[in-house]
Amino acid sequence: MRSTSLIVLAACGALASIPASAADADLNALREEIAQMKQAYEQRIKALESRLEKAETTVVKAEASATQAQASARQAGARPAPANAFNPEISLILQGRYKDMKEVPERTITGFWPAAGHDHGGGAGEANQRGFSLDHSELAFGANIDPWWRGQLMLGVRDDEVEVEEAWVQTLGIGHGIGLKGGRVRSGIGYLNEQHPHAWDFSDAPLMYTVMFGEHASYAQDGVQLKWVAPTETFIELGAEFGRGAEFPGTDRNKNGSNNGAIFAHVGGDLDASNNWRAGVSYLRTRARDREARFEDVGGLEAQGVFDGDSRTWLADFVWKWAPEGNAKYQNFKLQGEWFQRKEKGTLDCLDEDAVGNACDPLAVGASVLSDYKTRQSGWYLQGVYQFTPNWRAGVRYDRLDSGDRDFGINAANLVVDSYHPSRSSVMADYSWSEFSRLRLQYAHDKSMQGITDNQVTLQYIMSLGAHGAHKF
Amino acid sequence: MKLLLLVLLAIAAMPAAAALKVFATVPEWGALAREIGGDRVQVFTATTALQDAHHVDARPSLIARARSADLLIATGADLEVGWLPVVQRESGNPRIQSGQPGYFEAAQHVRLLDVPARLDRADGDVHAAGNPHIQTDPRNVLAVGEGLAARMAQLDPANAAAYRSGHAAFAERWRTQIKRWEAQAAPLKGVAVVSQHKAWPYLYDWLGMREVAALEPKPGVEPSLAHLALVRDQAATSRPRMVIRAAYNSARPAEWFAKEAKVPAVVLPFTVGAPEAADLTALFDTTVQRLLKGLGT
Repeated sequence: MRSTSLIVLAACGALASIPASAADADLNALREEIAQMKQAYEQRIKALESRLEKAETTVVKAEASATQAQASARQAGARPAPANAFNPEISLILQGRYKDMKEVPERTITGFWPAAGHDHGGGAGEANQRGFSLDHSELAFGANIDPWWRGQLMLGVRDDEVEVEEAWVQTLGIGHGIGLKGGRVRSGIGYLNEQHPHAWDFSDAPLMYTVMFGEHASYAQDGVQLKWVAPTETFIELGAEFGRGAEFPGTDRNKNGSNNGAIFAHVGGDLDASNNWRAGVSYLRTRARDREARFEDVGGLEAQGVFDGDSRTWLADFVWKWAPEGNAKYQNFKLQGEWFQRKEKGTLDCLDEDAVGNACDPLAVGASVLSDYKTRQSGWYLQGVYQFTPNWRAGVRYDRLDSGDRDFGINAANLVVDSYHPSRSSVMADYSWSEFSRLRLQYAHDKSMQGITDNQVTLQYIMSLGAHGAHKF
Repeated sequence: MKLLLLVLLAIAAMPAAAALKVFATVPEWGALAREIGGDRVQVFTATTALQDAHHVDARPSLIARARSADLLIATGADLEVGWLPVVQRESGNPRIQSGQPGYFEAAQHVRLLDVPARLDRADGDVHAAGNPHIQTDPRNVLAVGEGLAARMAQLDPANAAAYRSGHAAFAERWRTQIKRWEAQAAPLKGVAVVSQHKAWPYLYDWLGMREVAALEPKPGVEPSLAHLALVRDQAATSRPRMVIRAAYNSARPAEWFAKEAKVPAVVLPFTVGAPEAADLTALFDTTVQRLLKGLGT
């Protein structure tokens, strides 16, 4: 449009400059006419130009609103459909491994009450499987229930078994630093207790967790947990738990009220941008009735021991994390250690269930010997894990237990009372493609069974799928 | 038990703090809250400019600080997903739970870029809602500031007028600065660049720059030598003018590429608190200056 008006203008200009060859009057009239024409055209051109300008502005505006509409459409489209938007976050952990170790018919930790009860051990537990095996797969669901509650379910899935590892609801609305959890809850005692195996830095739990709580290496119970965070800049957290207490070292007693109690205190903070720490002490008290385990009598025959009584465990834990300027992505170091002491007091009934004629029942007539039972045992571990590139980590761990004082009363004359210091040294290296996948190689020099030195090599993978989990410190 | 009672009594006797306690997950929102609230706010920032806000532990000190916060400012868009939910839940503080007025998500207030068309972790650490690094465009800071001022006024009605006027003064200053930065950055329009991490779509969108490649093969996956070599070979045709990384990124990939492709490596502050980025204004001053320097103007 503009170029047309320019041509018209140029034509007018050409006309206006025609040499004066006609009569002056005619010429003057013609000039006037041309001048008028020129003016008229200029006016029209101006009008056209302003219309054009207006049109262009409208286009720009339209484009802008189109972009905005597109943007809001995209934002709206980015949100999931309302029907499934309320589905819980789901995450799935896949774990499996290859393990090379000695064939030991009954794997127990010498000098300690076997948490697996009177099972014959050996191939029963996952931890004892040689060669290729699947660790249990974990399935976790979690979501806010409403503005006041949140819920979470963790299932452990393995052959012929779906186990509810945790299932709890948690308050979000009490305030004053108070948190309340109810359901099946992993206890807040110690440091490692709340961590599920996929979050461990080694392929197996420290020995002390195995002797304290058995194969799961964690104390969980159906009950209530109450926590309080102090309104201070230094992290101070106090907690108490009550519940069914059915798990080792307690037993399921089918009674009203609470069967156990746990209390814990954690403190933590930042030394500077690069150094963070947490330390804690915990106490667990529970009771056992008819807690049974296999023993060996003085003559090498099998015997059963049944414990009734009180179990008290003290724990101390600390963890220190370092990363240059707090940027843990490229390089970081984690040092962690825990110590425990357990005192048990009650009675021990020595039986001969298989009527083999052991020392408690020499005539194989179903006799038994009841005695006092009093133990004081302890153990600790210390481990360090260094991540030296975004993908690679390496770690070392040392475990040591002390079977301590074991007073079996008059049954000391009937049963073998081992006195031993089980120990284990482990080194590991793992590679993570991303924060969701990890492959680990571990070597352990295991002397947890008296008279057996077991060199164990484990290759393990841990993969997490689905919702991006958030982990504790 | 006596000790516990004493502690509780001592706490009850504490005078209520006057200032609005702000817990900011990243330094830019902490700085923004200070710009709006001045000394009416007491700001704690969970991460520094030298940390990757995606890879942070839910450390005890964060839980302790979140416990008493009145306002939690997060970026959102899954940036803090690996640690913030734990901090919120463990804090025992109902005010800062998601959905409460004391929980403010900056990403809700701007238009997100790089929204993935499909969600598959095979594409790396993708964020379903879009790229969360919104603070690299000062226009986003303006938009977030508006929402934040309104939220602060809602939470602390006694000081509402002060927040509004604080925000008005900031917004006016900020608009002038945006014009200044845009004028300075005019030569950057259309410039092709390589990024180490896809952290800059908003910056490029603002200044009209073009990202021709990223050194990370997938978001959040560290650059491999093979991928670096590929990007270098592509650079022969795409002709980037510089390679850009954030202060918290490892220096090696960008430096390797800079040497191989013979382009300058430009380190941008990314957020407040990095060297030469003491506050929000300095953050963009330095960003624009370093980009221009990288261009050789």
